[in-house]
This record gives sequence, C-alpha cells and structure tokens, in this order.
Amino acid sequence: MPTTFRIWRGDATKGEFKDYTAEAGEGMVVLDAVHQIQATQAPDLACRWNCKAGKCGSCSAEINGMPKLMCMTRLDDLPEGETVIVEPMQAFPLVKDLVTDVSWNYEVKKRIKKFQPRKPDNADGTWTMQQDDADRVQEFRKCIECFLCQDVCHVLRDHHKHADFIGPRFLVHTAQLEMNPLDTADRVPELKKDFGIGYCNITKCCTKVCPEHIHITDNAIIPLKERVVDEFYDPVMKLIQLVFKPRKKAEE
Amino acid sequence: MAGTPLPVLPPPAPRSFGQTSRRDKWWLQPLLVFAGLGSFLVYANWAALQGVHYTHGPYLSPFYSPEIFGSSPHAWFGPQPGWWPAWLPFSPALFILWAPAGFRLTCYYYRGAYYKAFWADPPNCAVGEPRKGYIGESNWPLRIMNIHRYFLYVALLFILMLAYDAVQAFWFKDENGKGGFGVGVGSLVLTLNVILLSGYTLGCHSLRHLVGGIKDCMSESPTCQKMYKGCSALNKRHMMWAWISLVGVMFADVYVRLCSMGIWKDIRIL
Repeated sequence: MPTTFRIWRGDATKGEFKDYTAEAGEGMVVLDAVHQIQATQAPDLACRWNCKAGKCGSCSAEINGMPKLMCMTRLDDLPEGETVIVEPMQAFPLVKDLVTDVSWNYEVKKRIKKFQPRKPDNADGTWTMQQDDADRVQEFRKCIECFLCQDVCHVLRDHHKHADFIGPRFLVHTAQLEMNPLDTADRVPELKKDFGIGYCNITKCCTKVCPEHIHITDNAIIPLKERVVDEFYDPVMKLIQLVFKPRKKAEE
Repeated sequence: MAGTPLPVLPPPAPRSFGQTSRRDKWWLQPLLVFAGLGSFLVYANWAALQGVHYTHGPYLSPFYSPEIFGSSPHAWFGPQPGWWPAWLPFSPALFILWAPAGFRLTCYYYRGAYYKAFWADPPNCAVGEPRKGYIGESNWPLRIMNIHRYFLYVALLFILMLAYDAVQAFWFKDENGKGGFGVGVGSLVLTLNVILLSGYTLGCHSLRHLVGGIKDCMSESPTCQKMYKGCSALNKRHMMWAWISLVGVMFADVYVRLCSMGIWKDIRIL
C-alpha cells in the first residue's frame, strides 16, 4: 500500500518537510521506508543507522512527533492511511536531514565519576556479591544510548538546560554506578550541584520512550533524588548517617 | 573530567505552546487528570468545611479522622476548643487534612501528573510549553517537595488510625448503649478504604528508599530486602493505587455523609 512520508530535509541553517511515497509492505518498519526512499527518490537523504534490530541506538528520530527508533517502529502500528511524519531529534543540533550531533552526550559522560570498586574480597583479586544486589543495577545496563530519553526530556528539549542538567540517560548511568554494591565513589553532591537532578520534575516521558523499557524514573531518577534528600534536605537522616555508618566511604 | 562544567549547546528554534507533531490525542490524559484532581479538590474542600454529617453510628468519615476536637463521640479531646478564632469556621477536618493533602501534593506520581495537567510543564511529552523560564524542583518554591518523606511518616500513622476506625465500624451499639459485633455496608466501605490507602502509602517511592533502597548491598539485611521487594511490588502500580485510593476515600466520605443525612440507609449484613 503506498504511504506518504513527510520527512524533514535540511541542515542547521535551513530546512523544510518534503513528501515522499513508499510502498508499505507487511512487517515493514519506518527505517525500511526511509531506505526505500533513499534508493528510489532521495539518494542524498541523510539518516544514521546500523543494526536494524533495536540494539545499536543509531536510528533515533521523531515519528509522528514522538521520539522512537526508526528500526523498531512498524508501519502497521501507525494510523492507517495517514501521512507519517519523520523528523530528527529536537534536543540536539541538526547535522543534516535526520542526523543530529549527539556528541554532547559523550562529553557529559566524561564528567561522571568512574566506577571505583572496593578492595577485592578474595585473595585471587575477585569480589563476592549476591545476585539480588547485582540484579538491581543490571536493568540500567540494558541502555543502548539511543538518547531518545534525552530528546523527549523537556528540560533539554524545551528549556535547553544542557549546561545545567545531564538528562535521564546519565542519571541512569549515575544510578548504575552509584547503586553498584562494589562501588565506593560518592556522586550525590555532584547530582545536586553540577548535574541538576532537581530540574527533573518526574513527567516520566523518558520512561515512556525508552525502547529497552528501563524504568528510568521509578528505578533510577527517584532513588537518586531520595539519596540527594538524605544528604541535603533531611537533617534526621543526615544525623543518622553521621552517627552510624556513612552511606559510602571511598577507600584509600 | 569530573567536576568540570557541562558543555553548552546552541539554542534550538523556540517552540510555541502546544506545538507538536504528535498525531494522537495527547491532550486527553492531562485533561482527565485535571478533571479528576480538580473534582476531588473541590469536593474535599467543600466536605472539609461542612463540619457536620461526618459520622453515622460507628462510622467516621476518613476526611475527619482522627477527630481531635469535635462534637461526635469519636472526638479525642472533646468539642470545639475555646481558643478557636471566632472568625474562622470550625470543622474537625481542618486539624488533620493538611497531612494527607501534603502527602499527596508531594507524592512523586502526583507531582508529575499535576505539573502536566495544572501547569503545562510540559502539557504532555514532546509538546511545546507556554513559558520559557524553568527552575523545576532545583530551587524554591518547588524544592519544598523534598519534604515528602516527612509527610509519609504522618501518613503511616494515619493508616493505623484509619484501621482503628475500620475495626470500630464493626462494633454497633444498640438502643441500650450495649455494643456488639456487626457488619454493615459502611463497615466494608471503611475497611476497603484502609486497604486502598495502604496500597498507595506502602508503595510510596520514599518508603521504598527508606526501607531498603538506601542500601547498595540489600542482601546484607534480609528484612530490608523483603520490605523493599514488597514496596517495589506495590510501587509498580503506584499510579493505579493513587487513583483508586483517591476515589475510595472520597466515596467513604460520601457514604458516611449520605447515611448521616438520611439520604442513604446503611444496610446491616450481620
């Protein structure tokens, strides 16, 4: 069935939507249609892709206004007979057509304290940990860094707080490190002061668009917010931690 | 690199309020939340200011429980205190409703919901906003939301008191003032109310953190681990519990009120 695709064409200086028609077949995804358009009508259409299996996180775009992976969006899940709008991610600078410059994310990641394991538990240099403790952070390791959560987050997308807020992807990354049972580094002060966790107002949009179904808000961001409360806003908890046991103590 | 400022990006083209390429009914969800929470707020304020028809036999409306001062037999410290300002209408609900209101107002689920529905911040995911400035919860006044766990402590006490009310709702007095076990529809309504409120309160994100989430090695404390798992199970449906407990508590008040006014008759099952 012929389907119309309205695709953003242009670069950082100017651009416009252009309509193309692609033959939608059974089981096709939006990326298939974009490839068909590249092959038959617009060989200069720029689009980033790699695995076509929802695992590389390259083909992030906005389909009918919602951030999605093009390779995981089936045409038969979209409204039948309607034009499909395909745009680049809005939270990052446009390079060309559907390709955005996401290098800001890599710079942000460098600013988060690396994993600092405690001294090995065993003589052979290994650690002992329980499966339950490992399971908690395992969810965060599913992230494919497609940056759809960054794109949909209104703090970055609409308010452009890139200089003050690291975004949901890196709050997940911080949670993955911070909750690791072997880790000794304390990232809570940075979360409040440098990484702007207070900017998150828990709209859960990041969770909604995550193609890996990570519970970003409930399992990463809110627990980190609670740790910030422990450290900065709850005098009783602060006192308990001072008297009894510091939550984290970096090893020398 | 840790500690160095985050990189700055060139600003994108500004988007106007409601601007989006979304084709679905994105406005429906915030509209329903606005209607639902707005209706509850109007009813709760009206009911709290009535000061009458909040008890019926052994039943006490959850909007008025615990009744610290009041004219019913449920009151802890007797009738309206003498120091109550004459210009302020008296209602027993005014002593206590700040606690559940504060708990829900600072709840992580409700915050996300009413920021969208009442403040359009954002109206919905990937939809343009009405204002340019934004501080979120990083500064005052919304930094106050970090007080949520203190409201949680009070909410847990309220659950115990409402459970006591629910038990009392099975104890009916006859014409001679002699008490005995019985079951009325109101007994079941008040019991269901406590169950729903418990489902909501015990799935609270702050409680989940305090009972175990605070630890990186939860396996060292099996009790904490069990409580964390229990909290997490309820937390997965926190939105559902938030809404059904809201409807439940409102219905419990309506039930007691209408029975007290004689509009509904409480049916005794046992």
